[in-house]
Amino acid sequence: MKIKVKRIKEILGFGVLHVCMLCVLMILAVIVYDIVSKGSGVISWDFLTKPPVDGMTKGGIFPAILGTFFVTLMTAVLAVPLGMGCAIYLNEYARDDGLTRFIRLSIRNLSGVPSIVFGLFGVALFVDACHFGTSILSAGATLGLMTLPLTITASEEALKTVPRSYREGALALGATKWQAIRYNVLPLAIPGILTGMILGLSRAAGETAPILFTGAAFFLPDVPNSILSQFMALPYHLYIMSTQHHNIALVRPIAYGTALVLIVLVFLMNLVAVIIRYRLRKKGNAHG
Amino acid sequence: MGRHFREELEQLNSDILKMDALVEESVAKAITALRDRDPKAAQAVIDNDTRVDEMELVIDERCLDLIARYQPMASDLRFITTGMRLNGELERIADIAVDIAERVIFMAGEPLLKPLVDIPRLTAVAQKMVKMAIDAFIARDSAIAKQVLRLDPEADSLRDAIHKELVEEYMIKDPSTTPRAVQLLLIARFLERVCDHATYIAEDVIYMVNAEVVKHHPERL
Amino acid sequence: MRMDKKIRMKARKVEFFYGTTQILHGIDLDIFENNVTAIIGPSGCGKSTFIRLLNRMHELVPSARLKGEITLDGKSITSADVDPVEIRRKVGMVFQKPNPFPKSIFENVAYGLEVNGVKDRHFIEDRVVSSLKKAALWQEVEKRLHDSALSLSGGQQQRLCIARCLAIEPEVILFDEPCASLDPISTHKVEELILELKKDYTIVIVTHNMQQAARVSDHTGFFYMGKLVEFGRTEDMFTRPREKRTEDYITGRFG
Repeated sequence: MKIKVKRIKEILGFGVLHVCMLCVLMILAVIVYDIVSKGSGVISWDFLTKPPVDGMTKGGIFPAILGTFFVTLMTAVLAVPLGMGCAIYLNEYARDDGLTRFIRLSIRNLSGVPSIVFGLFGVALFVDACHFGTSILSAGATLGLMTLPLTITASEEALKTVPRSYREGALALGATKWQAIRYNVLPLAIPGILTGMILGLSRAAGETAPILFTGAAFFLPDVPNSILSQFMALPYHLYIMSTQHHNIALVRPIAYGTALVLIVLVFLMNLVAVIIRYRLRKKGNAHG
Repeated sequence: MGRHFREELEQLNSDILKMDALVEESVAKAITALRDRDPKAAQAVIDNDTRVDEMELVIDERCLDLIARYQPMASDLRFITTGMRLNGELERIADIAVDIAERVIFMAGEPLLKPLVDIPRLTAVAQKMVKMAIDAFIARDSAIAKQVLRLDPEADSLRDAIHKELVEEYMIKDPSTTPRAVQLLLIARFLERVCDHATYIAEDVIYMVNAEVVKHHPERL
Repeated sequence: MRMDKKIRMKARKVEFFYGTTQILHGIDLDIFENNVTAIIGPSGCGKSTFIRLLNRMHELVPSARLKGEITLDGKSITSADVDPVEIRRKVGMVFQKPNPFPKSIFENVAYGLEVNGVKDRHFIEDRVVSSLKKAALWQEVEKRLHDSALSLSGGQQQRLCIARCLAIEPEVILFDEPCASLDPISTHKVEELILELKKDYTIVIVTHNMQQAARVSDHTGFFYMGKLVEFGRTEDMFTRPREKRTEDYITGRFG
């Protein structure tokens, strides 16, 4: 009798959890379905490779795709070395003292700062103070700053998974600290660090607020030709097409097409991260 | 090592004491048989020896078993190795009691050569030394053990006195007394051997307690 | 008496702290050449901490602080102007848990040479082979030098770590409970190896296993609560320790 009650409770419990999960899946499915069904119609080779024409009511989104690619690349160039460097410093070199704790706390707080605040900060620092102007460099740097907390934390986690014994083993053989990190720690931590970096970049690729004032352009017929050029970007383009265009109803399909391209891009980046993590885990198991 | 090992050491200790009780009983009975010239009592001593032999094997096995299973160290190691040696010494003392009993049976048919004077004194010393050596073991007291070692010269001089008297007063003056004199001579020698084994026990006890080797190093006493 | 052996390492008045917690109190200890010196004591007595001072591995913990002096051949290894990397080349270490790198067997043994700037491939190859032979592992790995070190058994991994250590030709080798995670047969092999190695090296071994200390060492030091309670020849320590606390520990009355 008692056992039966327990079983029923168990089934009920599972049921509730299943419903929660289904709700989340449904929301995702609705979003994806909405975007795919309304956006796939406009996707064509021309849409992906031609610039917008006729007051952005026709044509493609090529400059925005390229702009997003460049600005993400710029973000990577700035954030990856900086993030890795910080993480290595914090995890391998820093003493566990007040200063280090303060740095960690600051990084954690930084991740809570709204992206629009980063945007404003980017304007103040990169656009004005550094005289980079509104450019790929300014926008990339701003996005880089914004993703730093994520990349630092992810890299530190990756470094922490490397057993202490490898460091000790290397040091005991007369390796310097840097040799131990370079030959023993990093090779094992790199996949984890990469995963964190890609997730950070995929988030950066989809951001609008930080690039709003730092480099994204309303409309440029040509592709950017230097890191000091302005650029079009997918999220910003989407924002314009949905809210700022003089004929929103007319360009709605283009907006959906842009949204589709953007989420496919972000999904692809996340997929790469997942694949790297999966392979890492498999390798980890083989070692265990 | 835990309680279990302590209990087994305790068991070994009580086995050694049992062994000692058997051996001291044999010696006492052999001496009584000698005093009373009682071949029956002497035979009892001989019969009793199988119990001593069995006990010796039990203790040996227990010691080996403890060493094999626990790899004892320091005082535990010294206790067990001393236990093994004590076991051997006690068994030999029991064998000597049997030797004495055999002489008693041999001499039963003939009149005594002379009234026994020095031999009872030697038996007293031998019994005292064995008892003290075992007391030292029980009390883990090297001071008592050292006293045992100091008694040994007395045993030696008593034996020498007995030898001298038997040889000079009887065997030389009247060679026909030789067979009976030889029996007494042997008994004196046996009793002195008991004293020797008591000193070995005492030396082992000193090693066990103080971890110092006094055997073959009289200067260390 | 073999006390006339040459002293390679000396600890004098060594005090050691983690932050404000004092771990070691006034340790004076000599390590004799071509001897195995065993350090025993209950968990938390400071024995592993002590051995890590001997090649300055303690510095990996930031709050570590050392007073007193440790010397190798009369020269201080603990003063601030001595490079710990230099010391670790002379004083090698084998750890409690086998810790081969996730690289090939060959690369593991070659590692120490490479980080120390050896470039000559022939030299490295010869040294790898001779180290594996000295570590009694050659026959087992001869045909699979380029397999992952992690494919070896625990006991083989530990001998690989020993080979790795031998490759840089240290003068002193520290063993920090080297058999703690090994089965009895692997333990036996490592012990045999230690006895073999002491002909050419000076060895210090920390062990929980007193029988092991008794089997492999010439001198034994007993640590208790951060102090060196007793130090002496191993045969004396295990048959007639001078100190009551040593006696109590090795007969298992505590710890």
